[in-house]
Amino acid sequence: MGSAQRVSAQGGEGVFQKTLLLSALAIVVLLAAIFLSLFLHSVPSLRDFGFSFLVNKTWNPVSREFGALSFLVGTLLTSCLSLIICLPFSLAISIFLGEYCIEGLLSSFLKNVTELLAGIPSVIYGFWGLFVLVPVMRKLEMKLGVAPYGVGIITASLILSVMIVPYAASIAREVISLVPSDIKEAAYSLGATKQEVITRIILPYARSGILAGILLALGRALGETMAVTMVIGNSNLLPQSIFSPGNTMASVIANEFTEATGRIYLSSLIEIGLLLFLVTTVINIIGKMIISRVSVEA
Amino acid sequence: MDRERIKMRVVKDRGFEVMVILLSLFSMVPLVLILFYILRNGFSAISWEFLTELPRPVGEEGGGIANAIVGSFLLVFVASLPAIPIGITAGVYLSENQKGKLPYLLRLAVEVLQGTPSIVIGIIAYLWLVIAMGGFSAVSGGIALGIMMLPVIVRTTEETLRLIPDTLKEASLALGVPYYRTIVKVVIPAGLSGITTGILISVARIAGETAPLLFTAFGNPFMNVNIIKPVNALPLLIYNYATSPYPEWHRIAWGASCILVGLVLLLNLVARIIVGRWKVQF
Repeated sequence: MGSAQRVSAQGGEGVFQKTLLLSALAIVVLLAAIFLSLFLHSVPSLRDFGFSFLVNKTWNPVSREFGALSFLVGTLLTSCLSLIICLPFSLAISIFLGEYCIEGLLSSFLKNVTELLAGIPSVIYGFWGLFVLVPVMRKLEMKLGVAPYGVGIITASLILSVMIVPYAASIAREVISLVPSDIKEAAYSLGATKQEVITRIILPYARSGILAGILLALGRALGETMAVTMVIGNSNLLPQSIFSPGNTMASVIANEFTEATGRIYLSSLIEIGLLLFLVTTVINIIGKMIISRVSVEA
Repeated sequence: MDRERIKMRVVKDRGFEVMVILLSLFSMVPLVLILFYILRNGFSAISWEFLTELPRPVGEEGGGIANAIVGSFLLVFVASLPAIPIGITAGVYLSENQKGKLPYLLRLAVEVLQGTPSIVIGIIAYLWLVIAMGGFSAVSGGIALGIMMLPVIVRTTEETLRLIPDTLKEASLALGVPYYRTIVKVVIPAGLSGITTGILISVARIAGETAPLLFTAFGNPFMNVNIIKPVNALPLLIYNYATSPYPEWHRIAWGASCILVGLVLLLNLVARIIVGRWKVQF
C-alpha cells in the first residue's frame, strides 16, 4: 500500500467513525429536542392554569378556560376497559400457540393472522368501527335502555382492544416461552393435567412478564389516536357512563389542533401532548425494564 | 372417590382446552370481518379511473384518488430520504459499540421514540416545520413520518448486524482491510437482507399513519408534487371521506382502504419473504 493510499484510508476511517457518532448523537438530540419543544410550548398553559389544568373539567375555548380532566378520564377509561377486554383473548392466544398448538397449519395460520391484524392501519379500524360497530352498539344500547349514541367510550374501548390483542399476545407468548421446560416436565411427571400446569406453573412463573406485556399494551392504547377519534363521539364533557361520548387526550389533539386559535388554546393542546408523551414514555420504560429482567433471569 | 377426583380433573382440563381454543378463534373474528367489509365494499369501487382520476366535488359521481396515491408515495419518499441513512448508520454504531454512555442513551432514545404516540410526533413537526415554513406542507408530513421510521430501522439494523459472527469481520481485518471498509464491504452486505426487511417494515408502518399528517401534510383535493405545498395521502383521504356525510365519498373511502390495506399487507409479505429466503446463515 502506498503512503498516499494509507493516508486516505486513515482519512476515510475518521470520516466513517464521525458519521456513525453523528447519527447516534442526532437521534439522542432529536428526542431531547422533542421533549424541550413540547415543554417550552406548554409554558403559557402551565403558567396560566398550573396544577388546576389536571383537575378542571371545563374545556371552553370561547372563554379561554382550559382543563383537561375530561380527557384524562376519557383516556383512562378507554385504555383500562380495552385492556380488560383484551386480556383473556391475548392470554388464550399465547397459551394456545405456546402449549396446545406449537406447530402445524393452524398454529402458523393463527400466528400470521395476528401479525396481519397488527399491520392494519388505525384509520381503517376507525372506519370499520364507524360503519359496522357503531350501528351494532346503537342497537345494543337501545335494548339496554341507555341513550343510543352508538359512538362513545365503550365503542372506542372495543375497537382499541381489537387493535392491542396481537401486540399483547405476542409479548405474552414470548414470556411464556421463557418458562423453563424442566419445571413443566416435573409437574407433568407428577401427574398434573395440562390445565394444572398452565394455571399453577406457567402463569405464575410468567406473571411479571405478563404484567410487563399489559403495561406495554397500555402504552399503546394511551397513544392510539385515529380509531378512537372516529368512534368516541368527541364530546368535551366529563363522561357520565361508559356509554356516553367522550374524548381522549390524543383524540382532542387530533380534533382541535388545526382550529386552535390563540396562544393559550394551542399551548393547552400541546400540554396535553406533553403529558401523553411523558406518561407513555414512563410506562414503556418500566415495561421494557421488567421484560429485560425477566429474560435475563430465564 | 379417587376416581371421581381424577374424572373431575380431566373434565376441567378438557373444559380449559376448549375455552382456550374458542377464545383464540374468537379473537380472529374482527380481522375476518374487517377484511370482509373492506373487500366487499372496496373492491367494486376500484377501477382504472379510480386510480388515475382526481376526486370530484360533492354530488358528482365517480372520480378517483390519484392525488392521494401520488401523495402517499411522495411522503414515504421524503420520509425515507433522511430516515434510512441516519437509521442504518446509528444501527451500525449501536452494533459496534455495545457498552458506554452514548450507546446506552441511544438505545433508550430509540425505545422511547418507538413508544411515542404518533400524534405527538405530528405536534412536533407542526412546531418545527409548519410554523417555520408558514403553512402545511408535504415536507413537514414526510419528516414526521421519517421520525417514526427511525427507531424501526435502527433496531433491525442493530439486531441483524449483531448476528453476524465476529470471525467474518476478523478475517477481513486480518487481510489488512481498514476497519471502515470492513464494515461497509463485509459486515453491511452480509446483513443486507435484515436491513432491507427493517426498511420495508418501517415503510409499512408509516404508510398507514394518519395522526401525524393531520396538521402537517394536511390534505389537498388536487394533485400536488411540490413538497412545500400541502399534499393528500391515502390514510388522510380515508379519514376525511369516512367522516363525511356523503355516501359517494364513503364508497371512495372503502376503495382507498382496500388499496391501503393491500399495500401494507404486500409490504409485510415481501419483508417476510426476504427474511425467509435470504436469511443470513452461518
